[in-house]
Amino acid sequence: MEGILIAVLILMMAGALYALEAKDLLSAVVSYGIVGFGLVICFLLLQAPDLAIVQIIIETISLIIMIAVILNSTREEIASRQRSFVVAAISLIFALFFLYIFNQATGALSRFGEHTMRMASAYVQGAAAKTGSANLVTGIVFDFRGYDTLGEATILFTAVMGVLTVLRLRGRKAAGKKEGAE
Amino acid sequence: MKGITVIVRKVSQLLAGVVFLYGIYIIVHGHLTPGGGFAGGAVISGAFVLVILSFGSEIQKLNKSETRSSLLESTGILLFLLIAAAGFFLGSAFFFNFLPKGTVGKLLSAGFIPLFNIAVGIEVAAGLLTIFLALLIYKDEEDR
Amino acid sequence: MIVYLLCMLLFLIGLYGVLVKRNLIKIIIGLAIMEYSLNLFLALIGYVRGGTVPILSQDLKTSVFVDPLPQALVLTAIVIGLATTALLLAVAIRIYKKYHTFDIREIKRLKG
Repeated sequence: MEGILIAVLILMMAGALYALEAKDLLSAVVSYGIVGFGLVICFLLLQAPDLAIVQIIIETISLIIMIAVILNSTREEIASRQRSFVVAAISLIFALFFLYIFNQATGALSRFGEHTMRMASAYVQGAAAKTGSANLVTGIVFDFRGYDTLGEATILFTAVMGVLTVLRLRGRKAAGKKEGAE
Repeated sequence: MKGITVIVRKVSQLLAGVVFLYGIYIIVHGHLTPGGGFAGGAVISGAFVLVILSFGSEIQKLNKSETRSSLLESTGILLFLLIAAAGFFLGSAFFFNFLPKGTVGKLLSAGFIPLFNIAVGIEVAAGLLTIFLALLIYKDEEDR
Repeated sequence: MIVYLLCMLLFLIGLYGVLVKRNLIKIIIGLAIMEYSLNLFLALIGYVRGGTVPILSQDLKTSVFVDPLPQALVLTAIVIGLATTALLLAVAIRIYKKYHTFDIREIKRLKG
């Protein structure tokens, strides 16, 4: 199972690299879809079907709105300037340093696949008696951790209001009426 | 060949009905099978996006405004807050599970979790549809 | 542990896109790739080898479950990732309507 997971991750990295280097913006967006759909396969391999359902729909909608934005504006990519060798070397050293520090940090975590559920064992054992739901993830999201879900619903609402405000679809009528009356 | 033909439009309208029903199934059975409010809300918004996209190049002739879906989204989150506050007004803590819990595995079980699923499903579906309409049918303010 | 390193390599690819690219759409794609890699990292932590989907059912009485807590955290994070990407794209549309380019070096004039 771990071999398939590593293969899908390498495919996602190849898709991400091409998405950032493509000359045409439409090809970049289609290649960004590889990353999203590869993530769906990863979630299914990690035994998380809730996340797979949400991710596949969200990825499709995200691709649609990106293509709509690009087709309404321009498709071409800006020509890149010459890259110097020193900058590339410094960034490679930084990337290796970052990965080394990250390796030291995850040494404190348990190895992949041998997770000790210290916090979740109380949730798993008490879920049937205290919440009464068969789906443990839904019981945690709505009953044990209801405040977090309230915060997340508020963030979604605020982001949608932000989109409407940035595109000036709200709050324009008052200014229009004022200018018309003068 | 003029783009989106009438076959594509009719088939997508029929398919959108089936997808909508599947989304409602995922929301209502959120405490028994994988899914829940967020997944079902996303699937329902996918059904509406399918119908709008099947109009093809005649999409500019629709005067779809986002007012009604924005109203539905506000209704969804208000319903969420009312259900959470109902526990407080019935004498216990905020977010207290005040409905009977029942037996694990039946449809009418798990307290108020099905009601929460419905409220979050309405909010997520209407929110994603509002984002889609605002970004797709964007008119410059000089054109209005 | 190789899986964790590959996940962070995906994060670094997204970071490269945000810092180096000049096109605004490529910057937004880089940010979205960073969000995906972090959601994957959270879901990777909770995996138990040989575990099953965390749903109680009639016939599986005692079985090893995958940790449901990281899944509950990632579930809402995915939808919020779409909402923030849509907000960034709305700002990108407004910038294009005013300056007629996506190049970040040209959009430096701050007065209306």
